[in-house]
Amino acid sequence: MSRLNAANETLAREIIARYPRPKSALIPLLHLAQEQEGFVADDAMEHLAELVGVTPAEVLGTCSFYEMFVRHPVGKYKINICTNLSCQLLGGEELLHHAETSLGIRAGGTTDDGLFTIEDVECIAACTEAPCLSVNYRYENRVTLEHFDTLVDDLRSGKRSDIPDHGTLGLVRQRIPADRLGGIAPPEQTTKPDWFASREADAAPERA
Amino acid sequence: MTATDPTPAVTGVPFVLNGTPCQANEGELLVDAAERNGVHIPIFCYHPRMTPVGMCRMCLVEVDTGRGPSLQPSCMLPVTPDMKVNTDAESAKAAQDGVLELLLINHPLDCPVCDKGGECPLQDNAYAYGPGESRFVEEKRHYEKPIPISDLVFLDRERCILCDRCTRFSKEVAGDPLIHFIGRGADTQVNTFPDHPFSSYFSGNTVQICPVGALTAEPYRFKARPWDLAENESTSTVDATGARVVLQSSRDHLLRVLGVDSDAVNWSWLSDKERFAYEATNSEARLGVPLMRAGADADLAPVRWAEAARKVAAAIEADPGRVGVLGGARLPVEGQYAWSKLLRSVAGVTNIDAQLSDGLPDQAILALPRATIAETVVPGGVIVLLGADPKEELPTLFLRLRHAAEFDGASIIEITPTATSLLPHAAASLRPLPGNAGVVADAIAVGDVNRSIPGVNTAALAKAAELIGSGRPVTVVLGRANLAEDPSFALAAVEHLRKAAPHLKVLPALRRGNVMGAIELGLTPGIDTRGDALVEPGLDADGILAAAARGSITTLVLLGADPLVDHPNRALVEAAFDKVDTIIAVDLFLTDSSSRASIVLPAAGFGEVDGSFVNIEGRLSPLQAKVTPPGQARADWMIATEVASAMGADLGFDTLGDLRTDLSASVRSFAKVEWEDLVAANDGPLLDIARDWTVPSSATVVAPAADGYGLRLVIDRKLWDLGTTVQQSASLAHLPSAARLELSPSDFDALGVAAGSDVTIEFAGGKVVAPVGVSAAVPKGTARVPFRLPGFDPGMLTSTDRLVTDLRVTKS
Amino acid sequence: MATNAYIPHAAGYVDNEGPKVVSSRFPYEDSFTLERYLATDGYGALKKALAMTPAEVAGEVKDAVLLGRGGAGFPAGVKWGFMPPIWPRYLVVNGDESEPGTYKDRLLMERDPHQLIEGCLITCYALGLNQCFLYVRGEMALAQERIARALNDAYAAGYVGKNIMGSDVSVDVVLHWGAGAYIVGEETALIESLEGNRGMPRLKPPFFPAAKGLYLKPTIVNNVETLANVPWIINNGPIEYKKMGSEASPGTRMVAVSGHVNRPGVYEVEQGVTTFRDLFYGENFGQGIKDGNELKAFVPGGGSAPWFFPEQLDVPLEARVAGAEGSMLGSGAIIVMDHTSCAVKSSLRLVRFYARESCGKCTPCREGTNWEEKVLQRIFDGHGRPDDLELLLSIGENISPGPYPVAAHPEAGLTAVPFPPKQTTICPLGPSSVAPITSAIRRFRDEFEAKIAANPANAAVSAEPVHTESVDTEPVHAESGAH
Repeated sequence: MSRLNAANETLAREIIARYPRPKSALIPLLHLAQEQEGFVADDAMEHLAELVGVTPAEVLGTCSFYEMFVRHPVGKYKINICTNLSCQLLGGEELLHHAETSLGIRAGGTTDDGLFTIEDVECIAACTEAPCLSVNYRYENRVTLEHFDTLVDDLRSGKRSDIPDHGTLGLVRQRIPADRLGGIAPPEQTTKPDWFASREADAAPERA
Repeated sequence: MTATDPTPAVTGVPFVLNGTPCQANEGELLVDAAERNGVHIPIFCYHPRMTPVGMCRMCLVEVDTGRGPSLQPSCMLPVTPDMKVNTDAESAKAAQDGVLELLLINHPLDCPVCDKGGECPLQDNAYAYGPGESRFVEEKRHYEKPIPISDLVFLDRERCILCDRCTRFSKEVAGDPLIHFIGRGADTQVNTFPDHPFSSYFSGNTVQICPVGALTAEPYRFKARPWDLAENESTSTVDATGARVVLQSSRDHLLRVLGVDSDAVNWSWLSDKERFAYEATNSEARLGVPLMRAGADADLAPVRWAEAARKVAAAIEADPGRVGVLGGARLPVEGQYAWSKLLRSVAGVTNIDAQLSDGLPDQAILALPRATIAETVVPGGVIVLLGADPKEELPTLFLRLRHAAEFDGASIIEITPTATSLLPHAAASLRPLPGNAGVVADAIAVGDVNRSIPGVNTAALAKAAELIGSGRPVTVVLGRANLAEDPSFALAAVEHLRKAAPHLKVLPALRRGNVMGAIELGLTPGIDTRGDALVEPGLDADGILAAAARGSITTLVLLGADPLVDHPNRALVEAAFDKVDTIIAVDLFLTDSSSRASIVLPAAGFGEVDGSFVNIEGRLSPLQAKVTPPGQARADWMIATEVASAMGADLGFDTLGDLRTDLSASVRSFAKVEWEDLVAANDGPLLDIARDWTVPSSATVVAPAADGYGLRLVIDRKLWDLGTTVQQSASLAHLPSAARLELSPSDFDALGVAAGSDVTIEFAGGKVVAPVGVSAAVPKGTARVPFRLPGFDPGMLTSTDRLVTDLRVTKS
Repeated sequence: MATNAYIPHAAGYVDNEGPKVVSSRFPYEDSFTLERYLATDGYGALKKALAMTPAEVAGEVKDAVLLGRGGAGFPAGVKWGFMPPIWPRYLVVNGDESEPGTYKDRLLMERDPHQLIEGCLITCYALGLNQCFLYVRGEMALAQERIARALNDAYAAGYVGKNIMGSDVSVDVVLHWGAGAYIVGEETALIESLEGNRGMPRLKPPFFPAAKGLYLKPTIVNNVETLANVPWIINNGPIEYKKMGSEASPGTRMVAVSGHVNRPGVYEVEQGVTTFRDLFYGENFGQGIKDGNELKAFVPGGGSAPWFFPEQLDVPLEARVAGAEGSMLGSGAIIVMDHTSCAVKSSLRLVRFYARESCGKCTPCREGTNWEEKVLQRIFDGHGRPDDLELLLSIGENISPGPYPVAAHPEAGLTAVPFPPKQTTICPLGPSSVAPITSAIRRFRDEFEAKIAANPANAAVSAEPVHTESVDTEPVHAESGAH
């Protein structure tokens, strides 16, 4: 249960600076909190509320709308099994059953060792590769029951170092060097760009 | 709107409503235009004082704007010329029936045990629309039954229809978004953040606007059924804004106060204090008989009215020049007039003050050109706050000011010693040290934006100068930001601002109930009963108390005043009380002060008498009796006539009607009041309060240089405090928090102690120990203590002969 | 944290040997790198555009009749013209692909992020705006990563940010990512989400993004694929572009064919020319129904589209034709169901999707989709009641009044009801839930009736509430999910 650590708070301020209004950064910041702890802690939400200048209730309102955010600890690996139509037609539900049976948990649950959480999820945009799943948002395609068992074994034995712990999304972050930033300002302070105004002016006589 | 400013005739927007040609106002929403034209469209989420969201879908009607009929939410659709609207269309009926059925599928239908039953829009609409019988055979949504979301409000999520009214109110109107939609889809619920209750001063409004029984108020829960309630319209006397309310009672008990949508004043909103302080009227501690002491050491004991009145008359008549009267702001206009006439005309008393050294000089208030609330919040106007945090002192006015800045393009300039609740909405915030407001205003007025004034930001100074000089209408909201600072600095500031904005107007932000009525009617040292300025004013509250302490005033009359708790200098009050021979109290309760009296007369309180009220604008509005006063408690004006007759005099009226006739005949500002129209008038008439007096100059008053003590004191107020009204309201009494000496973060850090630990305060009068805290609202060099809270009384730090108060704070 | 090893491309894309507008770099292993992009004429269109006037650039796109690829198919150039002359104005890229069956924007973002960025920059230039937000679906970690890397490289190389390619033009492109909510794919919900709020749609009017969008300022929201077309159009011109596809629907589009076909895949196809039959049976495409089974029905344009049946196989990928036939092409998501599939189960699964994804704002959708799901679940579980089919259709009426779009069923003498449906809601999510119900009941009523008839209770209908539970389709509630 903790607030953002110092490094992440610095990063959070950098992310906030990329938006015309601070609250726009809220979803990326919630991801940052989830990356730090594996879930979004209440203390972290209070911290984010301070950083973007809203109340904790407003942060919770946003956080609770989006299903990727979990507010309690989940497994190190969150296995999202798609059961939407494309996958259902090709065995998605059977795959989910198999996962539930073999791991001994229901969808939404976490194994006692804290390694795995299974979710029954909606379409994850890999429909041609049905049935599909993702582990911490890394895709596995055309997953047979055997493939699933191997995946679980590999995760358990640490063979899947390509998959970071739950909470981490992209491994590369956008960074905008100060000298390359075009200029992001609050809407109240943003006007028509000079380059556009001058080109409009140049173009006007041609049209006339 | 005044006669000199005729509003142009509204250009009508022609449209066809159910086949009938009608007119809408420019930009008017269809739902409102239809209602005005006699066609009711059912609604749940729409509220005329909030931004429409169009989410309940109950108000769908068939609209044709030339591209064929389609279903449109009438709450979000401004009427456009020649729009054809059919609210009876089959498609509209089907949609409304459908929405109603869907709203009910997960609703518990527990109307028989629901507080809202009988006054429930969902229940009402369910009778008018919908299939009448549910086809839903599945399990309903379940939540834990009502959960407290604050000290005053309970939430039943099963009944909630997710209309967004309460949540919208909390964010958009109150600016306290502490409740929010949580979750998604059918699992959406309204809730708070864990352990962050909905502690908003305005939380009760959510109960009033909830279209179902999801939100209930602790003081009213299970107390009555709507059909058992009788009601009267009245005015809240909790503060000087004069919010319009409706009082509801059952079996001679006040049970509920609801806000009334007065366009001029409170737009239907109330603070929780205005809403729930009626509990004080019902308090068991109310006085029902006159009390008197047989001797100086005897206990107060019941006595007959006639005898009590005789004793009061005798004490006043003995030597009117040695009588001091404190209070009178609690009284209705009629009581104020009767007492003013009694004291001034019959008895010849001149030392009278309804303000307890926490207000502004009476003649200056009446001399300054007055703004109405509507003028203050005019779209595009400039509002200068030279007073206390309006959220703490005049909360419904705060809502109007906030709305003006948030939605109507008004610009707020804060010239206050500490940050107020308007800070997030302020265009410029200036933080002069106590004593420097005039200097800041002068710099603004003359455009000397680079002037170096301690703590004042030059960018803010430049912005303020630009706004004041912009030609936009300027209103100063003028009050007492600091009880430890002489009010002349604020008056000096107004004087300077008028140099740059000669047309500026002033809205007095005086806090205490009917204080404006008291000032208009002479319960104040510098104004007589007719509202005229006295060339030789009597003593003000400080003067009266000082004279009493010296022994030159021997009788104190407390007209609903509790100076021991309410005056900023408790030591002075104690000295006065110790010295005087006789204290007479007219009160509802035995307070700290009235329990020291030798005679106590029980008065009728809020909701128990008919009368009237003057708000900060000078607007007269009705007070109506809804319940009978306890025991022998009487209306204040009757008490005055009783005392007058004990003096062998006749005030000239025996009935309220006669009193009002007399009042209108003698007091110019009331001359044109049509008393019989008062109750029916939606907003109440503005009194004729304009004076052509010259405002006495305060500009020469100079604050002493900081005396090396390091910190200058600010004493301000909180809504919830130890005042009688709050303390006698069972649901509110526990709400005040403990006082601390609050320092700016930098001064606090320099002190090097933990928050909450005791520190030593050195001041001109000595040394005390008090707990310390830190607040970002406090600027460097300033120390702030809220007044009249448990734990620490800052009144001991002040002295009536100092313009400002300096302190030194050290580790204990 | 940066990794240099290439993560293999996601599977699914199949080169069908047709013309390529947006997938030309897909075959390269390193297609997402700046090096590969520059080596394949990358940022040439931007350079060309910067030498034109913004109005000329906008004119090229308008002349190309670039139809939006997000679902509604509205011409991008026309949309751009709706912006009032007010600043600031914003470009928001909709990369929140999550319509059931849709799989193409993820590939475009993962495999060719620079193409998308270049499209954004040209669009920003044409519209005179300097702040663009690229909203990527939260679940797409690799797409986020590759766009972040591409943006970092492009900023460093001077293609994005201050003084683009040495010009006076400065445009910032900011990567934003979501957190799991289908509704955010709706443009006004996307804007709410980008403001840090709950992704609940706004009513149009008054909140047409082009006039009142992000921070209530003029905002263009375009789909990823739409913008990915822009560099090609600037490079080759609208005349060349219109040589592909049909007159009404020029160019190509990406379609994902999934479900019961032998070769599911994501294909770039010519619009208005290719038919569903081509896609399911063509050698370059699906290569026939799986295991030689019979085609039963297919979803022609994402889960929100009313179903088509074998009678509609020859409908071309032409929006107007599909609409007249009672459905839509939507987001290029085609899901094939063969005769082994169960219509009750398929429609339940789609309805459940809408019930789970309803934002909760409008009553009909919030309550109605959940009711629909509960009734369908009951029928599927063998607890159906005789009135349930009429009830389902009636709930659907509450969300989407009037005859709901549906394909013709000549055998039964039923004609098509053209797209789109009416709605009692702000956005089309709720009405979309009616598509699978109406489609399935109208065509496969016997399957529903058989399920209902199998309920022994129907001999004596009980009025008691029925609480059903099913292991395989119970919704997952995050809060109740702790083990």
